[in-house]
Amino acid sequence: MQVNVLYFAWVRERIGHGSETVETSAATVADLMAELVAKGPEYEAAFADKSALRAALDQTLVDMDAPLGSAREVAFFPPMTGG
Amino acid sequence: MRIAVQDTAFDPSVELAGFDACGGGAVVTFNGVVRDDTGDLQAMEIEHYPAMTEAALRDFADQAVARFNLTNALVIHRYGTLKPGEVIMMVATAAKHRKQAFQGADFLMDYLKSRAPFWKKEITASGADWVAARGVDEDALKGW
Repeated sequence: MQVNVLYFAWVRERIGHGSETVETSAATVADLMAELVAKGPEYEAAFADKSALRAALDQTLVDMDAPLGSAREVAFFPPMTGG
Repeated sequence: MRIAVQDTAFDPSVELAGFDACGGGAVVTFNGVVRDDTGDLQAMEIEHYPAMTEAALRDFADQAVARFNLTNALVIHRYGTLKPGEVIMMVATAAKHRKQAFQGADFLMDYLKSRAPFWKKEITASGADWVAARGVDEDALKGW
């Protein structure tokens, strides 16, 4: 299936772009991350420290083991620093 | 309840004057201001996740209203480029009594810090650095 993948903050900077459409058969967010890491060194750099990453499915925060299900949009980003 | 995510500056005193306590006897407000820790901060850039931000803030405000019996709540958060001393965000809560208003504001601040999709970057003469999330802010959420 096709998902729109978004990147924010230093994840976006390391990968070099803020969004892309990805064809995936990943079952979970973590599986999708593993597929992305295989795309090249810039992805490896962005996803090197998995404990420093957060993810959202269709604009809702989820754990990395969350199933992708029928999500249209997956976002990866560092821990938030609002307020 | 009003939630605003904007790149333009706002005046907290004007916002407070327009904030209806809706019958409550206590109003608490909090303003976050761009802090210059090193003395050479030129600007703070705030990135956010537009499709998610407003819904997340509304969710936190809904939870705060329900948990602390707030009579009204206001959240304004800026994004874009800000200078030291500029107001980043504002929370206002109204409740029948002060404890609820204080707790509601505290709860909202803890969630804004660590669960609202904003990322801050500090621009100084020597370069640009993303602000790291603090463990103490993450831990604060466990108290709720």
